[in-house]
Amino acid sequence: MSSTTITPLGTFRNETPYPFCPGCGHGPILDRLNEALVRLELDPRRVVLVSDIGCSGLSDQYFATSAFHGLHGRSVTYATGIKLARPELTVVVLMGDGGTGIGGHHLINAARRNIGITVLVFNNFNFGMTGGQHSTTTPLGALTSTTPLGNLERPLDICGTVAANGAAYVCRATSFDGDLADRIAEAIRRPGFALLDVWELCTAYFLPANRWSKKSLEATLGELDFATGVLRDEPVGEYAAAYRERAAGLATGGRDELEALEPRFSARLDRKISVTLGGSAGAKVGSAARLAARAAVLSGLWAAERSDYPVTVKSGYSVSELILAPEPIDHAGAERPDVIGLLSAEGLRKARPLLARMDERGRVFTLPRLGPVETRSAVETLDLGAQVPRTGVALAFVAALFKRLGCFPPEAFAAAASLLPDSYRREGERAVAAGLEAA
Amino acid sequence: MRHFTNGSTAIVRGALASGCDFFAGYPITPASPILMQLLHELPRAGGVGIQAEDEIAAIGMCIGAAMSGARAMTATSGPGISLYSENIGLAIMGEVPLVIVDVQRLGPATGGATTVGQGDVQFVRWGTSGGYPIIALAPSSIGECYALTRRAFDLAERFRVPVFLLTDKELNTTNNTIDAGECAEPDAAAAHGAPIREPAPAGEPYRYEPAAEVPPMACYGDVPGLRFTGSTHDERAFITKDAETVERLNRHLEAKIEAHRTALELATVDLEPGAETLWISYGVTAGAMREAVRAARAAGRKISALTLQTLWPVPESTLRHALGGARRVVVAELNLGQYRLEVERLARHQEVIGLNRVDGGLIGPDQFLEAA
Ligand SMILES: Cc1ncc(C[n+]2csc(CCOP(=O)(O)OP(=O)(O)O)c2C)c(N)n1
Ligand code: SF4
Ligand SMILES: [Mg+2]
Repeated sequence: MSSTTITPLGTFRNETPYPFCPGCGHGPILDRLNEALVRLELDPRRVVLVSDIGCSGLSDQYFATSAFHGLHGRSVTYATGIKLARPELTVVVLMGDGGTGIGGHHLINAARRNIGITVLVFNNFNFGMTGGQHSTTTPLGALTSTTPLGNLERPLDICGTVAANGAAYVCRATSFDGDLADRIAEAIRRPGFALLDVWELCTAYFLPANRWSKKSLEATLGELDFATGVLRDEPVGEYAAAYRERAAGLATGGRDELEALEPRFSARLDRKISVTLGGSAGAKVGSAARLAARAAVLSGLWAAERSDYPVTVKSGYSVSELILAPEPIDHAGAERPDVIGLLSAEGLRKARPLLARMDERGRVFTLPRLGPVETRSAVETLDLGAQVPRTGVALAFVAALFKRLGCFPPEAFAAAASLLPDSYRREGERAVAAGLEAA
Repeated sequence: MRHFTNGSTAIVRGALASGCDFFAGYPITPASPILMQLLHELPRAGGVGIQAEDEIAAIGMCIGAAMSGARAMTATSGPGISLYSENIGLAIMGEVPLVIVDVQRLGPATGGATTVGQGDVQFVRWGTSGGYPIIALAPSSIGECYALTRRAFDLAERFRVPVFLLTDKELNTTNNTIDAGECAEPDAAAAHGAPIREPAPAGEPYRYEPAAEVPPMACYGDVPGLRFTGSTHDERAFITKDAETVERLNRHLEAKIEAHRTALELATVDLEPGAETLWISYGVTAGAMREAVRAARAAGRKISALTLQTLWPVPESTLRHALGGARRVVVAELNLGQYRLEVERLARHQEVIGLNRVDGGLIGPDQFLEAA
């Protein structure tokens, strides 16, 4: 990015006059915004106005700054993206009270996150652009084109909401306030999330429908017991800066390399086979399957592993389907398994339809405690002995199963076990050794 | 040397190798591994990765970041694409380069979170109002997940348009063995597409003529007074209803993709002389098709096969070429015949048959062999 010397500008406005109805509050607020920008002596190329939708959403077109005019209610999300990508930019959101309704979720989360943007709410208590419908801020009892009975919904306390959720700077003001430009400048200067809820009049709809005036605006503030002025001003850490600070503390270039598997054992397998393991979630069935797959790859085979599990992770069944082949595997599935390994009653239940599909050529491996298995295939019971801890059963079982199948040498299994994560390696190696021995 | 890995990891590596430096997403099975891996990698690579409050915010942040010079990506599954919808239109309208990964699961609605499906094929094409074109690529192997992610970033930049990478639960989460070269940095010659991040003429971020040309793109912070809008706009990005300008804008949004339709075609064409049957597939289903082709030929049967990597725009000249000699065409997909519609549109005298599955299982080689 290029840097230039900053020449203070006389105005950030362009030549185009505002398009608003006579007496609309939007124009005066934008004038105060302009004054604030001038006062801050910002470089216009470093300022992005992000406008929401509505009459207030037209605002960016009257400024010579950069501008982003997106979707209704989503202005805060674009502003967040801009700030995260280019933290040096000054990002100001211009949003109607309509935007605070449809995009309220983003507002709350931007406040919580304390992303360094300034949100200016043009709060005229109704949707001006679409014909004076009620908004989240319409006062109780007010008449709008969609509250023919008088508004029955309590108005949203925008300031209270963002303040309660950690916003760095919160201010409630009216478009008539003499110090509005100061408050806007102050808000922009704050590094964290800042919001100004500026109350104003929609002369086309809300004002005539409710015979409103500046006085009624002030009276409503009183009735709601809504304080004005700066309601919160805390030095809270800004998100984009905090992210970069934390990131700078990490080891760089730390992209994990893909694990290298150099075939160095020889395999005995002349066709694609499928080995399905049926067990319980949380019992390391998948880890055991992947360990066997690595052992196969270390033996020059091609291996694929597909898992099937319910949405929960630590309960229910866990099924892993292993495909081993002497050539690359394009389809990681099989119509019927050649081999099934049963590790738990849940696994057995899930495997029953597969067992039914297998014939005399199939092989089924099971544990003593699962009892007899109904199948046409040959059943072999693997007795792992009492030594193997519960968490090692799957690994030991799979090691024993593959030793019996003999498609790759037991040393390949031990070599694959040495690739287990540090936290689990010793235990895993022991389980594999026990399994190989038990086979 | 070989790796034992999966599509999610290949996509993450492809993204990083493409210079992806911004990712925002919202957790959803089966796309979450991409979110988790990139949120781990990006701060180490000088980029930014964030879990947004919802999918609308995720894509919104990506759009804002892309307009600020980032190479942005997001990833989700069908329910999330639904929430992206309005912003997909914004990215089309504002000509924003953006990569969107859709790891398909079985729908509709919450559907099968851990179940494979290919039901978003027409959805990604027509997923926003107005009907304007996007680009969608569908890898059919882990290696293609890597290569097409790289291609997606290139195309997004070159065409200033959202590019979808359409994968699925099985492709992303099934571990498989690959040769080391399949997920490696390509050499300079393999990188295609000139970066278009050059400053646009001052105050004119858009250009509608020639209609098929993509204007250079400037970013916030680099030029003064850069404007962006999702409303119909003139070349300076000021809102307009001027009929002539609006028409030029809309024709440009269409032409900049359509005029390059042929150049965008990516497909693996495996035609056998004399074969009367043509199998067509894409994504995970094409893997089974490749196995079926080998089995059929080993059994002495003549068979032709077409794997589509570009789904949108429809690779019409490749399809017409492949359809040419066939009498029977089988279109295999994990939905009830969405892409078959496109094939039927192009078929003249051929019989077009659907091979479909929507029970959460994969179409296997045996089903191909039975179908023809
Ligand atoms: C998703 C979506 N829903 C509805 C609309 C229609 N719409 C345009 S402006 C607007 C309300 C704007 O009201 P407000 O934010 O208070 O702005 P004002 O016009 O009062 O300044 C609505 C609902 C839209 N543009 N997008
Ligand atoms: S309709 Fe209301 S908000 Fe819109 S310009 Fe007129 S007075 Fe202002
Ligand atoms: Mg309003």
